[in-house]
Amino acid sequence: MRARAETAAITAGALAAALALFALFLLANGLDPLSVYAVLWLGGFGTSFSLQATLTQAAPLMLTALCTAIPARAGLLVIGGEGALVAGGVFAVLAGVAAAGLPAGLVTVATCAAGAAAGAAWIAMAGALKTVRGVNETISTLLLNYIAIAVLNHLVSGPMRDPAVSLKATSWAIPPEAMVGNLPGLGVHWGLAFGVIACLCTFTLLKYTVFGFSINVLGGNARAAQLVGLPIGRLTLLACALGGAAAGLAGAVEIIAVHGAASSSLAVGFGYGGILVAFLARQNALAIVFFAVLVGGISASGGLMQRRFDLPDAATQVLQGTIFLCVLASNAFYGRFRVFQEPELAG
Amino acid sequence: MNPGELGAWGVAIAVLGGAIRISTPYLFVSLAETLTEKSGRVNLGLEGTLLMGAMSGYGVSYLTGSPWAGVAAAATAGAAFGLLHAAVCNLPRVNDVAVGIALFIFGTGLAFFLGKPFVQPRATRLPMIALGEWSDMPAIRSALEVSPLFFAGIAVAIAMRWALANTRWGLIVRAVGDNAEAARTAGFDVNLTRTLATATGGLFAGIAGAFLSLSYPGTWAEGLSSGQGLMAVTLVIFARWNPLNCFWVSLLFGAASALGPALQAVGVTSYYYLIGAAPYALTLALLIASSSRRHRLIGAPGELSINR
Repeated sequence: MRARAETAAITAGALAAALALFALFLLANGLDPLSVYAVLWLGGFGTSFSLQATLTQAAPLMLTALCTAIPARAGLLVIGGEGALVAGGVFAVLAGVAAAGLPAGLVTVATCAAGAAAGAAWIAMAGALKTVRGVNETISTLLLNYIAIAVLNHLVSGPMRDPAVSLKATSWAIPPEAMVGNLPGLGVHWGLAFGVIACLCTFTLLKYTVFGFSINVLGGNARAAQLVGLPIGRLTLLACALGGAAAGLAGAVEIIAVHGAASSSLAVGFGYGGILVAFLARQNALAIVFFAVLVGGISASGGLMQRRFDLPDAATQVLQGTIFLCVLASNAFYGRFRVFQEPELAG
Repeated sequence: MNPGELGAWGVAIAVLGGAIRISTPYLFVSLAETLTEKSGRVNLGLEGTLLMGAMSGYGVSYLTGSPWAGVAAAATAGAAFGLLHAAVCNLPRVNDVAVGIALFIFGTGLAFFLGKPFVQPRATRLPMIALGEWSDMPAIRSALEVSPLFFAGIAVAIAMRWALANTRWGLIVRAVGDNAEAARTAGFDVNLTRTLATATGGLFAGIAGAFLSLSYPGTWAEGLSSGQGLMAVTLVIFARWNPLNCFWVSLLFGAASALGPALQAVGVTSYYYLIGAAPYALTLALLIASSSRRHRLIGAPGELSINR
């Protein structure tokens, strides 16, 4: 209980410090921080329209954050969400086109299943390389990002290209009836539900199952996990596959809810945003829901900030980077405050 | 005469020229990462540093009219980012790889934020050294237009190799990077050494950025860098933490990056993107071939979190 309060307090402190630093940055650029923050609130959360934009951004972020968070619980630093999302998107299109003619609901299920499977296989590759050859997963997933994006660009400009679309290299489209609409009464597409459900399932899986316990033991102390006979290779592979499946599902959601076809619009940085969300949430799946909305809101407010203050879109990225740095630096403060320590037992 | 009319020779000349032209930023970022990693830390944020260098170099060159002042500004901005990375990593329980990702996001954002006024104006570019005057073929002449920063990079590589192997400073950096506990026992300040190494590395990465904005492609715009900063970590593995190898690896990656456009010029377009991704696939293959579960990569500093 106290540990949870400590996490909440230190993270809140880090967020406050980041907002203060960004306020100084705004002052140095001749802007009034209070009015900028007021517009940030308005553009991200203040109106139902901005909230819709925020939640639309948050949906893929929740899923890509899981791609970093689940392997992180097993002690791995995976940064391949972008590549897994792209792989998921490409295979979602392939499945959607292949399944055309089946009932629309089945096509949708097929796209999502194919996307998740492709993402799972993509990150599981990094897990397998780690287990079999000892290849560092951070480096391999970084490389896999570039390879996935290159394959995407190759496919949409050649083998999978829809010649009818001339403005931008785009793949064939999935059947329009397989596209999903908005959640009833929300104005946000179904991807949000996928994201929240995935986070809830992950939280339950990691907290209440033997598998989750084993993952946490492995992440806490790999040597101990080995000594008690846990199947380290299989756990590593599964953690990577689950994370990859989440990011692959994000790619499928972008296809069936937003784009309808694959193009370079898939690789717009949701994978890297997901890393930020995962670290803000300290790799906790429930906290990911909250921080994905926060980060999504900051991104969504960029447009309004641009119109009101003529601020470049990059302003929101500066704020995100500041928050990321402050949260990482806040690691130094754990265990420093006596109120949060369990009282020592007498004797 | 353009590469198209020269056929296969045109491709070869264009790849050679591209190798020299495109390799310079690769060379500087890989040297930056080598120095940082030799001291035992990974800086995954060099992409942000590179873009900050590109922006400040371009901006200062535009404002002062002197491209060399721009290079100095880029180096300063890069060193500042290196210091920032080191300062956060010096705190207890902070993961250096994660800090790098944060600085990647922060630096990219900051560069585009502060660099917005410089998107339109044209800054004075760095002069080029023409080494192809002996030839009357324009393709060879343009291939042998070499930036002075290319030679500066070679000089830095040789100097770094020598200093790491033969000087007291080099020994301290290597000791701290191989076994921090032992270095501390011997009386060296681990955090100070790493701070200086990371800041110097940042300085080199800033210069890499100045090359991008002031030499080739020689402009300031979004999409200026094609991930050279992110690639630094893998270049260093390829080079086995040896500054001299950084030069050959950078040439190789430069040539690979030039191959796609060169083939496109002679009409081979179908595999443009896949050829562009060849360096990444090659690095992954090399990693798979040379890694082992039992020992870390040959030449890797012992303290490196990314190789354990």
